[in-house]
This record gives sequence, structure tokens and C-alpha cells, in this order.
Amino acid sequence: MATWQIAVILVKIFLIVGLFQGAVAYMILLERKIAAWAQDRIGPNRCGPLGLLQPLADGAKMLLKEDVIPGYVNKPLYILAPAIAIVMATIGFAVVPFGPAGLDAPTVNGNPIHFQIAPNVDIGILYVFAIGSLAVYAVILGGYASNNKYSFLGGLRNSAQIISYEIPLGLSVLGMVMLARSLELNDVMSWQDRNGLGPIPAWGVFVQPLAFLIFLVSAFAETNRLPFDLAEAEQELVGGFHTEYSAMKFGMFFLGEYLHVITVSFLTVILFFGGWDAPFLGVEDTSWIAAVLKVGVIFFKVTLMVIFIMWIRWTLPRFRYDQLMNLAWKALIPLALLNLVVTMVLIQLFRGVG
Amino acid sequence: MKPDDPNLKRVEPPKLTLLEKTYLPQILGGLAVTGRHILGSAIGGKAVTVQYPEEQHVPTANYRGVHRLNKDEQGRVKCVACMLCATACPAHCIDIVGATAPEDWPDREKYPESFVIDELRCIYCGMCEEACPVDAIELTGLYDITGLSREELIYDKAKLLSVFDMTKDAEPMKTGNPPASLPVPTSPLDPEGPGPRTTVPAAQLPSRS
Repeated sequence: MATWQIAVILVKIFLIVGLFQGAVAYMILLERKIAAWAQDRIGPNRCGPLGLLQPLADGAKMLLKEDVIPGYVNKPLYILAPAIAIVMATIGFAVVPFGPAGLDAPTVNGNPIHFQIAPNVDIGILYVFAIGSLAVYAVILGGYASNNKYSFLGGLRNSAQIISYEIPLGLSVLGMVMLARSLELNDVMSWQDRNGLGPIPAWGVFVQPLAFLIFLVSAFAETNRLPFDLAEAEQELVGGFHTEYSAMKFGMFFLGEYLHVITVSFLTVILFFGGWDAPFLGVEDTSWIAAVLKVGVIFFKVTLMVIFIMWIRWTLPRFRYDQLMNLAWKALIPLALLNLVVTMVLIQLFRGVG
Repeated sequence: MKPDDPNLKRVEPPKLTLLEKTYLPQILGGLAVTGRHILGSAIGGKAVTVQYPEEQHVPTANYRGVHRLNKDEQGRVKCVACMLCATACPAHCIDIVGATAPEDWPDREKYPESFVIDELRCIYCGMCEEACPVDAIELTGLYDITGLSREELIYDKAKLLSVFDMTKDAEPMKTGNPPASLPVPTSPLDPEGPGPRTTVPAAQLPSRS
């Protein structure tokens, strides 16, 4: 690997990590604003114009607060848990394309520049899911190490929840994978761009509507957000797994959760909303202007998805634990299997046609 | 009522259609409701927030805020030191020291020499206002009382009378308003204005029993 390639990768890493950490700060502001609007309030507006400096104030608060480590905790695990949360949430981005990558990438002197930190990983989706399920260790370890009944209950609920919802999550994606015949995320994207009937694009949400619903529900459960935030459940568990955490350790859990939301939004957009696919942008257009536009389109879609996730939060109440399990095992998994079988049969029947 | 009572109506849960069993229409309905609220407050300006320090909230006419001691036409305190308010007060926050009225006050036998209300102890129930036979004590719409010490919020007679001067135009007395020539302080926390800026002597504090 040439030096310039390493330099490009480093630039991409700094860019993406910096961008997303900054985005998280503003997502918290957005979340607070949407929460306020949903309750007919105004939301933070004192810190800078329209409250735009609020994330800085929040960040300073997190950093400057006293970092309490209770005396009875399992110290190594207690410190490890928030680190796992943030590391797992960050490295998941490695294979997520945020613009044209692979064969569609724009070129400099004939060398393609991929808008993806680790391009051409054949098992991109598997990697993202593997990292995503590792993130559950943060919650379980945090809950266990806190040596607190509430935290422990939160951790337990979370482990059962993630294990259950991983199955429909994986199964729902398989339909799109079979259609695109690749586990690589940008192949799935370009498949959606290349196919389609006239003006209607072959976005995952149109060709696999059931899978989209199952994926969406499972993704909500994976990110631990309402209506599936049983692990935190302020009203029942005083904050759940992060009851005993303060200052920046709590902030790291927070950061991890929001990074997870970004990852899930990216996955949803890439798998089911065509990624950077827009009506006027073709996959064969590899100029730099098109590349920048494609990056803009995918970030626009991701922003809409993030807003939708926050919107859902203020719409649905939290599930009870048994309802959560019923939904996963009695509804989502059978439906995901059905969707998989139907997709397989259809692909086999129309193999020669399409 | 027995289980076989003919008046007993059995209510069955409604049969859900397949679409309703997915809960999707209901979720979409819920999204529409929250979406209306989000858009209404974000764009439509329907948020109910009052930007407090810049924008003062005006309470309703029957709001129970800081007390005031009403004055009569001659600018004298209306109170006749009958102690009914102090007796009615469930929080025991009113402390009155009555004295024989001056010779030239022929309409009453007694007047309050000292009239102290502990605004921190008060629960703003309005019983004093109801108990008063001469409508001398009333609760105003002032709600933003602040102080740097507990003593500062123990209001004496002068302070309570100044509250009256301040609020008498906005909130006229329920009976018999005095002429408008009486002096009007501008703010309840005006350091130059009347009221217990200095620490109240211990003897003047209301009893805590």
C-alpha cells in the first residue's frame, strides 16, 4: 500500500470520526428541540443564536463534572464499559460508505478515492452487525460492574433484548443481500440504483417492504431507544445500566448511543432508501461533482432518518418486557423467515427474466 | 350483582382486522399527532412557552401570590387587629401585635402595631383573605418574590403596605379603593423603597410554634 493511500485513509478516519462526534453533539440539541416541540415547548434557545452553542455548554458540563466512582463497584469493568460503548460505536463506521465507493468511486490520476474508510470489505454488513452486537457488552458490563440492582436489571433486560432482536435484524437484511448478490454495502446501493421500473427506483423499501419494517423495528431495539429503551427506563430503573455513572463516563454511554443511531440510520438508508441514489444521479456518473452531490444526498437521507427516530421516540410508549419478547419471537422472526422464503422463491422463478 | 344477573352486560373486546393487528395504522396516527405538535411549535409558533424574564406572565385574577395590607381612604391601614387571619392561617405564618387605636381613629378600637407575614412559611391558601372581616389582607398576583436570606422574605407592615401601593392600580381592592395620590414604589425589590431591607429583629419574627 502506497504512502498516499495510507494518508487518504487517515484523512478519512479523522474526517469521519470528527464529523460524527460533532454530529452527535448537535443530535443531542436536535433531540432536545424535537422533544420540546412535541410537548409544545420551545427548547434550548438561550445559548447562542437559536441555542446553537448549547452542545458546547453540554460538553463542557460533561467534562468538568466530578467523576464519581462508587466504592463498591468492580473497578476494571466499571471503567471498561463506557470505553467499549464508544469504541464499538465508532469502529462500526469503518465499512459504512458515506458516498460512492467501490467501482463507482471518483478517481484521481486513475486511482479511485472511495468514500468509505475500509473499502472493498466483502462482508460489510456482517461486520457492522458483529460490531453492533459487541456493543451490548458495554451495557451488560456497565450494569454488572455497578453492583446495583437497578443497573443489573437494566443490563439483563438489554442482553435478552439484543440477543432476540439480532435474529430478525439479520434475517430482514438477507432479502436485500440476495437481490444484490453481495454483502458489501455499496454493491447493495448500486444495485438499487441500476434496477427499477422507469421513474420508480428499486429502493429496498419498495422491493422489500416487509423486510424494511422488520429491520426498522429491530434497529430501534438495537439502538436501545424508545420504544425499546428497557435497559434505561428512567421511570422504572432510575437510568438502568448507567445509574452509577457520572460525568464523562456517562457522556461516553450517551455518545455511544447516538453514534449507534447514526450507524443504524446509515444502514437503513443504504439498504432500504437507495443510499446516495437520487433521480438525477446515475451510478455510472463518477465525476467529482456527482460524488459530492451523492455525499450530500446520503447525508440528507440520514438526517431525515435520525429525525424520524427522534419523532418515534415521542410517539410510542415503552414496551413491557413480555411484549418486547413476544414481538421479537412470535411476530418478527416468523415474518422475517416468511419474507426470506418468498424472496428466495421469487428470485429463483424470475432468475432468467431479471 | 351475581354473574347470571340479566342486567349484566358482557363487553367483548373489538375484533381487530389483520391490518389493525399489525398496529401500523395506529402508529401512523400517533406519528401524525406528534408530527402536528412538532410542526406546530417549530414553525407555527404554537408553543406555549413564556420567555420569562423578558416576557412577564400575567396570572389570572384569582391567583394567590404575595399578600398586601390594604389602606383606607385616608391612607391608614385597614386592619383592625382582630387576629382572625392569624387564627385561620394553617401555616401559622401571620404574627400580629395589636394596640389600642390612636385617639383620632374613631372607627376602630385597635390597629396592628406590627403585622408580619413569613412569606416562606405561607402556603398561599388564601384563608386569611377569606377570614378578614374588613378586607384588609388580600393576596396579589405578584409571584416572583426572591431574597438572599430567609429574613428578607419575612415581610413586615411597611413592606406589606408597599405591596398594596404597588398593586392597587393593577388589582383594585374588592371594596373601597383609596385615592391614587398615595406614593407608588416601582419594584418590590427596590432597595430605596419601603420594606424590610435590613434584617428584622428577632423579637419581630413570627412565632414558630
